[in-house]
Amino acid sequence: MATVNILHTSGLTKTYAGIKANTDVDFELAQGKITALIGPNGAGKSTFVGMVSGRIEATRGQVFFEGKDISKLPAHKRIQLGIAYTFQITSVFPGLTLHENVALAARRAFRGDEAAVDAKVRTVLTRVGLGERANQIAGDQSYGHQRLLEIAMGFAQDPKVFILDEPTQGLAESEVQDFIQLMKSLAGEVTILLIEHNMTVVMETADHITVLDQGMVLANGTPSEIHENAAVQAAYLGTTDAED
Amino acid sequence: MTASRKSMGLHLGVLVVLAALFFILPPYHTGNMARIMVLAIYAMGYNFLFGYTGLLSLGHALFFAAGMYGFGMTVTQLGLPVPVAFAFGILAAAVVSLVIGLLALRTSGVAFMIVTLMFAQAGYLTILYFGEYTRGDEGFVIKQAQRTVAGIDLTSEAGRYGAAFILFAICFLLLARLVQSPFGRTLIAIRENEERTRMLGYDATRLKLQAIVVSGAVSGMGGATYALLFGYVGATFATVQYSIFPLLWVLLGGAGTTVGPLIGVLFMFYLIDISSSYTDAYMLIAGVVLVLLTMFAPQGLAGELRKRVMPWLP
Repeated sequence: MATVNILHTSGLTKTYAGIKANTDVDFELAQGKITALIGPNGAGKSTFVGMVSGRIEATRGQVFFEGKDISKLPAHKRIQLGIAYTFQITSVFPGLTLHENVALAARRAFRGDEAAVDAKVRTVLTRVGLGERANQIAGDQSYGHQRLLEIAMGFAQDPKVFILDEPTQGLAESEVQDFIQLMKSLAGEVTILLIEHNMTVVMETADHITVLDQGMVLANGTPSEIHENAAVQAAYLGTTDAED
Repeated sequence: MTASRKSMGLHLGVLVVLAALFFILPPYHTGNMARIMVLAIYAMGYNFLFGYTGLLSLGHALFFAAGMYGFGMTVTQLGLPVPVAFAFGILAAAVVSLVIGLLALRTSGVAFMIVTLMFAQAGYLTILYFGEYTRGDEGFVIKQAQRTVAGIDLTSEAGRYGAAFILFAICFLLLARLVQSPFGRTLIAIRENEERTRMLGYDATRLKLQAIVVSGAVSGMGGATYALLFGYVGATFATVQYSIFPLLWVLLGGAGTTVGPLIGVLFMFYLIDISSSYTDAYMLIAGVVLVLLTMFAPQGLAGELRKRVMPWLP
């Protein structure tokens, strides 16, 4: 690949009480592209992005961001460098308004300029289609809207790398289509690492796919290469209907 | 904008009422109100940590006592001027809370409660151990001459009420402002979802430590004010009972609301005052009322108000 890597890992390994969740994962994230991380349940995808974002401490191995080794940095420092993370299980501030949820995400960058924060929040909420609901309480929203709120909280940080852990999980089909449109609208703007089970979403949005199986990298390639890959089919796609 | 204007109106309104009460109420009740305002300072300090940051401490008596002894001992034994000794009391509480915070924040949840409780017990025993200087259980009195600031006698009815009012008002307005600032809002975010806050790039541990220091300093100011206005310093104020009181006041009044602590102290003070004039079993009445309130207004009095009619209440 001729593209620049904004983030890469080297030998990233996580062992839980002797059980290896990730083994020597070497991974590259191309700048400005959407990279999908796929694999069967228990393949270690969430553990892997947990180690990248700093939520989970790696047993060994390194994470490099913009050429610097960030392996020793705590999670909040990595986020400050420009890595945003959305949770697999919706994790918003349920007692606060949507506006305040997104403002908390945006505020760090604006250093006390509340007017700029407000403007940013409005832009981001409108972009994900929640503009009308800004003053409603997050905990009162439908599941789909809370997922969108999560994504809005990611965007509000203007991240360099945006990690989305199963963003379409539990969404209705129409909401998934909206999500695909949203991802396409971001093409080239931000680097995205997408963990996704829904193959329609992956095939339609990803520029590049990395397949994990049993905590190890099984394959790398473009969507069509992965689609044709026999090993991947055996491990994963064979059990899922990958056709559109 | 309207929400912050309403909030400003409410806070100033509360202060106007408190100031007016001095001229309306008979002396017995103005004396009570002075005490209520001082205890409300302590409750507000507690509320900042419990109500806004979501950290339940069972050891705040340590901070209250640090302020009380920090002021009382320097003014009586070193003969420092009152304002200097008062500032020293607040500083002592801030330092103690910083040290306790650094240690206790290595834990969370129930462990945090136990650790703070144990440190406060250790603090209480320390006061007894150094009885030679602290006068232990017996405590010591601060003489009238040492309770005069700028010619104003704080043992007089008006002097005491005025001082309690001014110090209460300072804490009340500053804390109201603080909880609406980005710092305060981030603390609320930690209370709501600490992991999420961390994953938005905030250093949650450092913010919680800052919250403990603010809370400890305000609680200590409550202790110093108590000693200044009521003239007595004793180890009773460092007992576990004085760690439980602010929790009760804040729960009753409404945790995480700026007016909750004052309402809670006022309510509980008069609940006991009135019920004890009817029966010796006043604790039974107080207990039943507390149980009923917890059942029907679990968010406290101000918390219910916020839920039902005043969603803008900070």
